[in-house]
Amino acid sequence: MNQELLEIRHLHKSYGEHTIIKDLNLTVHKGEVIVVIGPSGCGKSTLLRCINALEPIQDGQICIGGESIHKDDKNISEKRQKIGMVFQSYELFPHKTILDNITLAPVKVQKRKRAEAEKEAIELLGKVGLSGRKDDYPRQLSGGQKQRVAIVRALCMHPEILLLDEITAALDPEMVREVLEVVLDLAKNGSTMIIVTHEMAFAKAIADRVIFLDQGEIVEESTNPKRFFENPETDRAKKFLDNFQYEKN
Amino acid sequence: MNVEVMREYLPLYWRALLLTLKVGWIGVLLAFLFGLICAVTIHLGIPVLRRLFKIYIELFRNTPLLVQLFFMYFALPKIGIRISPEVCGSLGLGLLGGAYMAETFRSGLEGIPAIQEESAASLGMNRLQIFCYVILPQTISVSIPGILANVIFLLKETSVFSVISLMDLMFTAKDLIGMYAKTIECLTLLVIFYLIMLLPVSILGSWLERRVRYAEFGD
Amino acid sequence: MQSLGIDVLFKGKNFIRLMGGLWVAVRISLISVVISIVLGLLIGMLMTSGNKILKAVFRIYLEIVRIMPQMVLLFLVYFGTTRVFGWDLEAETSAIFVFSFWGTAEMADLVRGALISIPSIQYESARALGMKESQVFLLVILPQAVRRLIPLSINLITRMIKTTSLVMMIGIVEVLKVAQQIIEANRKASPNAAFGLFGTVFLLYFIICWPVSRLAAYLEKRWA
Repeated sequence: MNQELLEIRHLHKSYGEHTIIKDLNLTVHKGEVIVVIGPSGCGKSTLLRCINALEPIQDGQICIGGESIHKDDKNISEKRQKIGMVFQSYELFPHKTILDNITLAPVKVQKRKRAEAEKEAIELLGKVGLSGRKDDYPRQLSGGQKQRVAIVRALCMHPEILLLDEITAALDPEMVREVLEVVLDLAKNGSTMIIVTHEMAFAKAIADRVIFLDQGEIVEESTNPKRFFENPETDRAKKFLDNFQYEKN
Repeated sequence: MNVEVMREYLPLYWRALLLTLKVGWIGVLLAFLFGLICAVTIHLGIPVLRRLFKIYIELFRNTPLLVQLFFMYFALPKIGIRISPEVCGSLGLGLLGGAYMAETFRSGLEGIPAIQEESAASLGMNRLQIFCYVILPQTISVSIPGILANVIFLLKETSVFSVISLMDLMFTAKDLIGMYAKTIECLTLLVIFYLIMLLPVSILGSWLERRVRYAEFGD
Repeated sequence: MQSLGIDVLFKGKNFIRLMGGLWVAVRISLISVVISIVLGLLIGMLMTSGNKILKAVFRIYLEIVRIMPQMVLLFLVYFGTTRVFGWDLEAETSAIFVFSFWGTAEMADLVRGALISIPSIQYESARALGMKESQVFLLVILPQAVRRLIPLSINLITRMIKTTSLVMMIGIVEVLKVAQQIIEANRKASPNAAFGLFGTVFLLYFIICWPVSRLAAYLEKRWA
């Protein structure tokens, strides 16, 4: 449990004059589930996009498995295979069936045998309760189903770490649960994940460590999620959580 | 209207139709190719070529085919470039259509959200893989209504081929009217044959458009 | 290298004749555009009224225009009317008639498209504010539709100008025909004049159409 998987040192990210993330340090160990919370615009989604090198960074270093990763790396697509990412808007490929969505990258990128990739895909689909939908197209699925497929698509690449970017934010309330249960299952089975979410109850239940991000900085970090949510140490976290309570009621 | 006369002219019209179809569809095919090459080059931002293709698109979108054909067929031989009427017709149509197809593909490409590209990248695909497996198939399918509109437009444009002495439908009609003055018969056949040429494409077009609207797969 | 006809272009009144020919083409297209816009607006608005018979008639009209090449329509009107009705239409009148017939259909379809593209909730919210139907249309719907419509109508102008090049086929002496005449007249002295002259016509069309289509593209982007 103590092997370092991801290490971020002095990360600085800005768009022109506008600073999004400043001097951020974070180490993630194998099997750890990190939940990142914070007000909108605090840089939490940008953090995930930086880790997956979808954004260029201005300063600092991000290492995955001891190897630095940067948007302009020559072998960036190889490095990205170690990182799975699920987006808020699912981003399934509309022109491919569910099964093809899942097997496209394993077959074309990892050059695995189609039969083998399909076998694994069907198995994984079964685990999220969607084995019957493998020949459907994305638009025939509900949001919650699409998001479960997106998770399977990321898993089928056998990533070392999974980044989940507000994966329930676009879903109707009654579909949130079916997606979060899949994620809870993954956590139980020892997956390493960084989760950006607004679902506080879920965050409390799943996190090994909570990170509260505000204005591009880690304001509070806690390995005791229960205590963090009930009794945060910093005023900014307290204020954020209070606001949240108010919004919820 | 004299049906006997029309029957007599029929073989001439058939021959003209086949020629028009041949030259026209080769032109359409070229247009598709030229358009795709231009759109992809511009999308990928390949230097110099990108500029050149943009100039080509503007030039051919903002001039009539008739004038383009006059230039290709009558002016180019003066600097030593000589092409047959059929090649000139197909190539001219291909160049005109390429400029239109390029715009259709370009707006299709722009319509694919950037996050699709990112989600493919996050699966470890490289630029070429992202383009071939994710972006291009979606682009072509959202472009289908535009492509079909272009095809109909191009097949209609074949009606000016007679100026480069291609014996197409217009040429045949004009010739027969001039020789035998059976105007009504000739014009009726002209309309019928253009219907034969364009109606199927138009019907296919509206059917396909309903089917693939907004690139919705899985109906 | 032999002269490629640039000298012929500026010999005597040749260039002015060429511009005169260009004006013939532009004049025909401008008249046709004005007629098309006026009739197109009227017919387009009628189309949204929901009358089934009107809709069907318009549908057929639009299909005819969409399928038949303008060249064929031009032949039908120019050669056909003389035969059938005994009218002796002037070539220019036939051309304006055909281009307006075509342009009106295109314009009407654009108007119809722009009007139905305004979401019905806009009508509803205007009505909810207590507006009368005429106010809803004039104050809320029309201004939004016009914004979408202007770039598209400007595009129609360039399409019209390009299409006007066809009129040489029914004997109107426009720019391409003038160029041909000049080339013929100088066949002996300057056998390569075709290059310069047809090249010039090509550029002239571009110089006219390009700024107009840029303007349309600019407005479309700005008002999108």
